[in-house]
Amino acid sequence: MAEPALSIRGLTKAYGNGFRALKGIDLDVAQGDFFALLGPNGAGKSTTLGIVSSLVQKTAGKVSVFGIDIDEDFARAKYHLGVVPQEFNFNQFEKVDDIIHAQAGYYGMPMREAKPRAETLLKDLGLWDKRKGSARMLSGGMKRRLMIARALMHRPKLLILDEPTAGVDIELRRSMWDYMRRINREEGTTIILTTHYLEEAESLCRNIAIINNGEIVQNTSVRDLLAQLDTETFLLDLSRPTESVPVVQGFEVQQIEGSQLAVLVKRGQRLNDLFQQLSSQGLEVVSMRNRANRLEEMFVSMVEHSNGGKTGAPTQGIDAAQDASDDREGARR
Amino acid sequence: MSPTQIAIALWTVVLKEIKRFMRIWPQTLLPPSITMTMYFIIFGNLIGSRIGAMDGFSYMDYIVPGLIMMSVITNSYSNVASSFFSNKFQRSVEEMMVSPMPNWVILTGFVVGGMARGLGVGVIVTIVSLFFTQISVEHPILTVAVVVLTAALFSLGGFINALMADKFDDISIVPTFVLTPLTYLGGVFYSISMLPEFWQGASMLNPILYMVNVFRYGFLGVSDIPVGIALSAILAFIIGLFVMALWMLERGKGIRS
Repeated sequence: MAEPALSIRGLTKAYGNGFRALKGIDLDVAQGDFFALLGPNGAGKSTTLGIVSSLVQKTAGKVSVFGIDIDEDFARAKYHLGVVPQEFNFNQFEKVDDIIHAQAGYYGMPMREAKPRAETLLKDLGLWDKRKGSARMLSGGMKRRLMIARALMHRPKLLILDEPTAGVDIELRRSMWDYMRRINREEGTTIILTTHYLEEAESLCRNIAIINNGEIVQNTSVRDLLAQLDTETFLLDLSRPTESVPVVQGFEVQQIEGSQLAVLVKRGQRLNDLFQQLSSQGLEVVSMRNRANRLEEMFVSMVEHSNGGKTGAPTQGIDAAQDASDDREGARR
Repeated sequence: MSPTQIAIALWTVVLKEIKRFMRIWPQTLLPPSITMTMYFIIFGNLIGSRIGAMDGFSYMDYIVPGLIMMSVITNSYSNVASSFFSNKFQRSVEEMMVSPMPNWVILTGFVVGGMARGLGVGVIVTIVSLFFTQISVEHPILTVAVVVLTAALFSLGGFINALMADKFDDISIVPTFVLTPLTYLGGVFYSISMLPEFWQGASMLNPILYMVNVFRYGFLGVSDIPVGIALSAILAFIIGLFVMALWMLERGKGIRS
């Protein structure tokens, strides 16, 4: 069996003030995977990735990259790693070309190899025309793409993307998704993604880990995780406003606006029953959509559960779904 | 990394550093040239003509080596201090930290970059001095060796300062309150034989005095202190600071959490 692209065992990080950012986590990411590491702010995602990329010093535990223990030969492990951090971390006053070529140099790549590689990446990521300009003149989305191009210069087998699409408009975000899918599929690059856009994780990733308070609270495939979802909240748009909240047997209903309802549907319930009851009250549904992304509902539920907010199988009500929806919108602002 | 890859990585860091100070030449190369021209005009020409000979040389000839050395010291130090701290501040140092480049290559790259600026400014100041006096060099190899070693020493100092600094103020404290007084009291403008005995002894504790004097010895063939001791002291400081800077880098001081 092939070595995992990333193997983490008992990883612990404690700071001088006693705060334990990581409490002995275990994690495996298979070669070729597109893997999401999710968690609320401060959960330990960036600390984990910081340790893997050498920017944070671990307190205890083992980390291997393609079977190479970072304690034994970090330099060799680093050849396999490409890192796109959350914050812009290039010299804003340097030219795009210089940033990209310097990256190649740090990995010992001769200029005769670096130039064509840089050309390919900059063209693929739509930065070729900007190569002679200063990095500070780039838009936010271009800066993010520059960091992706930079991280790929030395052809890493494992690409770590820490919120790569934060603050990027939807069109550009989708083009970045396409690019990430392509390098994962065609070049076999293993990708680890952290993001607050959970539809991004649902759309791109095959496997997922949720981290909260420095502990892994879920580690499974996206499909299996979504299968655990017990409830979904749907927003129904009615053809005309209704004066009172309709009573629908077996369903929890809230009125959002005059002609919009939020309905909590539990696993096993049939939407036909809902529509029939509404129809019998003279209410006509003209459109319907999920209130929050399904993975987002699951994520909120898992995090609440691990925080001790709920026990048993993860379920949630309309208010939690509303929070998830608000959080997502907040993250986009 | 193979030796070839290390050479490429080192050259990348050095080139990046040289490009940086060349890109902002009005801040890095022009000011010392203007300042030193003022020194030559005011101290060398106007006041120096009334001072008379110093150790058998005109005052202008006497201060030229000291002023060149002062430029090399301050520019080597400030180049590395501001460049590395700026890399820390902008987090672009992470580009290097996540790469397989060994720490000694990062350190050497920044130090060589600082030396390049220090020596570059030294050459500019030397050229400026030619407008005011004729320069003769008694011991060319010694002169070059001392100025190169001094540039290395103060580049290392600037690197350590940047590693320890948390804010921009921290990289101006040492140049303002330590480096400048030591340079002015390091025999740039006078011979320590002019001082009372106590202050002559106190001056011997100033490391910059050794560098200025050996450099002056290279130019003029006169020195207040033995050349061998001065060279040994410079070398010892370089080794000590290199080991200290590398140790701090390995421990991630100021750059890894």
